[in-house]
Amino acid sequence: MAEPLLRVERAFKRFGGVLAVDSVSLAVEAGRITALIGPNGAGKTTLFSIISGFLPPTEGRVFHRGADVTGMPPHLVARRGIVRTFQIVQPFAGLTVHENIAIGAHLSRRSRTEALAAAAEVASTVGLGDVLGRPAASLTVAGRKRLEVARALAAEPELLLLDEVLAGLNPAEVATMVPIIRGLADSGVTILMIEHVMQAVMRLAEHVFVLAEGRIIAAGAPRVVVDDPRVVEAYLGHGAAARLSAAGGAHV
Amino acid sequence: MSRPSTTQIFLVIAVLATVPLLTASNVVLNFLIVALLIALAGQGWNVLGGYGGQYSFGHAAFFGTGAYLTAILQTRYGVNAWGAFALGIMGGALIGAAIGAVTFRSGLRGSYFALVTLAFAEVLRILASVAPITGAGVGILIPLDLRPQAFQFQSRAPFYWIVLALVAGSLIIVHRIEQSRFGAWLVAVRENEDAASALGVDATRIKVAATAISAAITAAAGGFYAQYFLFIDSGIAFGPWISIEALLAPIVGGIGTAFGPLLGAFVVKALGELAKLATGDAPGLDLVIYGSVLVLIVAFAPHGIVGLLADLRARFGRLRGSLLGRAHG
Repeated sequence: MAEPLLRVERAFKRFGGVLAVDSVSLAVEAGRITALIGPNGAGKTTLFSIISGFLPPTEGRVFHRGADVTGMPPHLVARRGIVRTFQIVQPFAGLTVHENIAIGAHLSRRSRTEALAAAAEVASTVGLGDVLGRPAASLTVAGRKRLEVARALAAEPELLLLDEVLAGLNPAEVATMVPIIRGLADSGVTILMIEHVMQAVMRLAEHVFVLAEGRIIAAGAPRVVVDDPRVVEAYLGHGAAARLSAAGGAHV
Repeated sequence: MSRPSTTQIFLVIAVLATVPLLTASNVVLNFLIVALLIALAGQGWNVLGGYGGQYSFGHAAFFGTGAYLTAILQTRYGVNAWGAFALGIMGGALIGAAIGAVTFRSGLRGSYFALVTLAFAEVLRILASVAPITGAGVGILIPLDLRPQAFQFQSRAPFYWIVLALVAGSLIIVHRIEQSRFGAWLVAVRENEDAASALGVDATRIKVAATAISAAITAAAGGFYAQYFLFIDSGIAFGPWISIEALLAPIVGGIGTAFGPLLGAFVVKALGELAKLATGDAPGLDLVIYGSVLVLIVAFAPHGIVGLLADLRARFGRLRGSLLGRAHG
């Protein structure tokens, strides 16, 4: 089997007495959308931080195209083409939308003019084309989520790590973001996304990993995973799967 | 934030350059030379503090390095004054890079960075007050040699033009930074270091580079000070006064703006002179005034005079817009 684009091998992360990530191994295949789901506090964002170099794992390794990138500082991980967004949006608040996105574009472009031009282009693909000159601090929640995506995208990543970019959006806003993410994947960007909005996961992801209490408890196609009794129990509590099937095999 | 064009920089410098042609008053020229000196030191602080968001309380470390190298190299090693001045600037950059590397690599940010820079400046001041090479408690007197080759002049006008040229140079450097990827990355690090590193920005390296540039500019002010006054001691070169002046000018004028330090230096120096006139040189009163101005600026105009002017212009624009709208409507 060919080496996957990203491979995490038996990663552990301990914070004091808490084991946030517990022996997680996963692989992300190039060219598809992989989702990472799981209840709050399952360790999803911690895993993202380990992959993107923001946190060193207590144990375990991360490989990008077969090369060991464990513990590499974030800027070098980004320069390898692995770019993350933040669940709690981190705009450059004092800068305009255009300047924010240009920072991403500068990763591969030295010239200010070229970076600004590329930023304008990216802005229009994610629907920020009309607010280029606005200060980032003035954007709505939905706008800031888009800005996170736009900035990461301008860095022209090979692997885009999206951390709950749909959280906090209303259904109409989710409906406009889903095709944008689909479009990115179609343009050749591999995506690993943490997401709670299951409707979007079902529509977008080709492969899903379910994390609960720091462990991968299920993996596979989205349809298969959501029917897995272990996944149902992770979300709804112990015995929930049995009660649900007793009540007539209702789906989650 | 409004970015100045090269034309604006050229116009401002050209207008200022005519002053010695209009007046030969030593009082006026001396005032302007000192204000420009502070503007230069402040522009150095502004590169790191204004654009990089790293507030130093110890830019005296760089000012003093420039001043002492300029003085020591000529008086003890017979280096030409201009050469010594140039080496002083380079020495400042090196000290800046070293202090930046030590503090930023160990992850110091915010008030910790401010305290560490203050400590570096104080350590250098104490070393300079005891080391024989710096003249210890006596200081260094640069022998009078009123020839342009020796960076000394009969009248004040050449000094004025030289410090003005240095200020012009610093404005061009800042302008170039604003237009460059380095500048964009520096501002990104100021705004959000984590977000910047997620986009491939090596925050530590950017901050160390900014410290070196910042230190070099402030060291130029120190070297000029030595040539203009021909005397320095540890309190002048590494004393807290210059650390305060260097941060006050950009904060009053407009932090993170190219013209902020220049504007702020003139306003602060003018206030200082007025206070002296009003109170008859009571010791320490200028510091009381500086403190009050700083409190007022931080409380009511966080973007300094440049920000205040931009606000007023925007308001005036809106007012005019609505008046015109009414006239047409």
